[in-house]
Amino acid sequence: MTETRAPLEIGRRRVVGYLLAAPTLAVAVRVGLDGALPEIAGAVPTPPGPADIFDLNDLLTLAAKPTAQLMRLEVRPDGTAHFELPRSENGQGIVTSTAMIIAEELDLPVGKVEVTLSDARPELLFNQLTGGSNTTVSTWKPIRTLAAVARGRLLEAAAEQTGASVGDLRTEDGAVVTAAGRRISYASLAEAAAVSSDRAFSAELKDPSDFTVVGRPHRRTDALEAVTGRKQYTMDLQVPGALPTMICRPPTINGTVGSVHNQADVEAMPGVTHVAVVSTGVAVRAATFGQCIDAVRALQVDWEGGTAEGQSDADVEKRLKRAQIPLVVPKLPGITKTIDTAFTFWFATNSALETNCAIADVRADGAEIWGGMKSPITAQQEIAALLGMAASKVKLHVVQGGGSFGRKLFFDAALEAAEISQAMGVPVKLMWHRTDDFRQGRVHPMSTARVRATIGAGQVLTYEQRHTSLTTDFSHGLGEIITAYSAALPVGDIGFSQTVFELSQSTHYNFGVTTQLLNEIDHSFNTSSMRHIYSPNTAVARELTVDKIAEAMGKDPYELRHRFARNARLRGVLEAVAERGSWGRRMGSYRAQGLAVHSEYHSCTAALVEIDCRPTTVGRKVRDAVTGPRVTKVVLAVDAGLAVNPKGLEAQMMGGIIDGIALVLTSSLHLRDGYFLEGSWDNYAYTREWNVPFEVDVIVMPPTTGDPGGAGELAVAPSAAATATALARATGTMPTSFPVNHDSPLHFTVKPTVPPIPQSPVNGLTQY
Amino acid sequence: MAVATSRHTFLLNGERVTVDVAGNVRMLWVLRDLLGVTGPKYGCGINVCKACTSHINGRAFNPCSVPVSKIGPDDEITTIEGLPDTVGRELHPMQEAWLDLDVAQCGYCQPGQIMAAVDLVKKVRAEGRAITDADLDGLRNICRCGTYPRLREAIREGAKGM
Repeated sequence: MTETRAPLEIGRRRVVGYLLAAPTLAVAVRVGLDGALPEIAGAVPTPPGPADIFDLNDLLTLAAKPTAQLMRLEVRPDGTAHFELPRSENGQGIVTSTAMIIAEELDLPVGKVEVTLSDARPELLFNQLTGGSNTTVSTWKPIRTLAAVARGRLLEAAAEQTGASVGDLRTEDGAVVTAAGRRISYASLAEAAAVSSDRAFSAELKDPSDFTVVGRPHRRTDALEAVTGRKQYTMDLQVPGALPTMICRPPTINGTVGSVHNQADVEAMPGVTHVAVVSTGVAVRAATFGQCIDAVRALQVDWEGGTAEGQSDADVEKRLKRAQIPLVVPKLPGITKTIDTAFTFWFATNSALETNCAIADVRADGAEIWGGMKSPITAQQEIAALLGMAASKVKLHVVQGGGSFGRKLFFDAALEAAEISQAMGVPVKLMWHRTDDFRQGRVHPMSTARVRATIGAGQVLTYEQRHTSLTTDFSHGLGEIITAYSAALPVGDIGFSQTVFELSQSTHYNFGVTTQLLNEIDHSFNTSSMRHIYSPNTAVARELTVDKIAEAMGKDPYELRHRFARNARLRGVLEAVAERGSWGRRMGSYRAQGLAVHSEYHSCTAALVEIDCRPTTVGRKVRDAVTGPRVTKVVLAVDAGLAVNPKGLEAQMMGGIIDGIALVLTSSLHLRDGYFLEGSWDNYAYTREWNVPFEVDVIVMPPTTGDPGGAGELAVAPSAAATATALARATGTMPTSFPVNHDSPLHFTVKPTVPPIPQSPVNGLTQY
Repeated sequence: MAVATSRHTFLLNGERVTVDVAGNVRMLWVLRDLLGVTGPKYGCGINVCKACTSHINGRAFNPCSVPVSKIGPDDEITTIEGLPDTVGRELHPMQEAWLDLDVAQCGYCQPGQIMAAVDLVKKVRAEGRAITDADLDGLRNICRCGTYPRLREAIREGAKGM
């Protein structure tokens, strides 16, 4: 790619930041302001495909650039550094990796770097969206620059104090050290290093070969709080007067309130303080959530129909198949052979363990909102519009979330909480019931895939892939309301989805003429990106087809992938898993290995999965659960360019592996008569202990590009795909519907839709 | 439907507490909403996800599915906040194993996971045997971040220190 960051990189590692007038040392970064931005549109070369040149991460990095200079780092008189990260932490480890990057460039122990999450900061424009595995990719250089400038200024201040020249000083462990070995702590320099007026300051980034923190495993900085129960999530915050609040929701998707028959009776129930009709149902506020549940269940409501009335997922599948963009390469007679495959991917949910929730305190003259939100600027502006007040009157705090998986790109609960608080005139602590989170929460849209490959003369001559999906809602845009509105327009939305698809789908193999196209239909459902967006589905379709191609060409699946893999990094991860996982070892009947590769977000992965489909394994009985085939071992290699925190990267890979297994073997939502049947974690069969592989081996490859690629989502697609290829090889039949148990008889009794949520049982002492 | 408010008292993390609330309110809400003890998390409210797992008289239970009226004055409730005190240390060995292996991701399910793990170790100890894969397969706590492989390793590790 053309280097367009001239102002940033003055020398090879020379960078420029700003010293800000402040009582203590404060630094801001200036990034890319004067640089010409690379063209997004214009000539999109084919081949290679768009994602190979400029992927989703580049778009997000670019979007973040013009305002990145507003990020600020402080060195405080107690010797600690503080940085407010304009991103959302939901378990992916960015608070820890950010602290590590600052510690590295500043020569300060990680424990002395405090990283907090920014409130919504509209002046950051695009630069507050957390998504697309982009945090470290887009903040790596600006944050290094901040810390390097701070370090440079501390050296200068020490030189001024001691009369030494900067060249004779060095930094180490939170102090400047003189040639004579005298240590001058950052604490003692923090105020001396402060400046009285803003000025530019240039400094040198560390040579990566001198890194002692970045690239080495580090534990999460919030681990102690997490294991002691002291870590506070939104529902743990004690905001004065914010009492528990829940919503009685409709029996169908997006149904609305017609009339409420017994509002006064419910208002008189024990603990209940308020009942109010709002856009999405009937809100109740009470002294405890238990009393909210009682009140929700007692409400008698006439409901108006929803947006998916009467629909079932079999109907949706038919509509998707009708909307598929045709494959165009004709079946040629003679020397060529055509391979056609087709797949269906059922609805799935990105519901996190922490359900949708938010706290809102709306007053006449302003509002304050707390929640885990990945696009807080859009949230702030939409809430302001809803409340009829200026955005500047809405203070929005980003709280660490209990998981996101894409769910927190939207802020449904924050909007509702604001509406309810305004309607009731009191602060509210709104929490969704688990059953609502599955049935009314956003879903990963259903999709189908078709692939056609033509082989001949020992080559793959053509490869076409068509992905047809219900519309994925990207209306959080790039985190700012202007882009959000453009994505909400019918045309804009299609355009944005196409953009995301094109930018995220790399070409993985040298398969001749290659086309990958997306078509999206329908707006009836509440959708959003789910971890790894389109890729788990597209990769399953691709890798299963690759195994078919190998079979047709009489090649081993590993040999074929290795021969046609598009680049050395893909071959590198493939070789790593094949070696560590002993590819080709004998497995016995009903057991097999499977392979897959995937590249995205400037990173490459390969997975080797071993699966056990023996009748004794498949037939295991666990109460209220899906057992079935068990993945027994996963070896996954990841080349993330540069792994800032290998321990955190390994954790993200592990989570992605568990997700991938769920998507292929056990987890889906069933749509019947306009609503989703699943209403609990036992109904929605996400990977549970009895489905977990006995062995998970993550290989973090040594640095390749030297710059961190995306990581948070990376492992889902290859793990799902390798689980699918292993299953096909173990059973001798290529699966075409995912998860593979979707059409089996339901393993649960469907909960009623009226009342919408179940009562808590009373068996918590005995059924453990 | 209307349930009169009544007085309930029990031992919570070593201290006597008293609350005035209707007897059908589940313990999770008594702990979280009335007593401000937020270590036990809500994940489902129907005794499925096990995020609220705590101990009663030293054994695991799920407060989301126990009415406060079922708790007597002599019952000793331990939440994650009180776990270290049960061994008279800064941290319980299971918590230390969690730190050593960097188990938590988002962390939301972890208090419940740790309380369930301690209970499992006590149970197999009482049966005079070591933890097996089948024991671990029997845990029902959900981790949506998928840190299960580290959970399984940490439970075995934590057991050594108990």
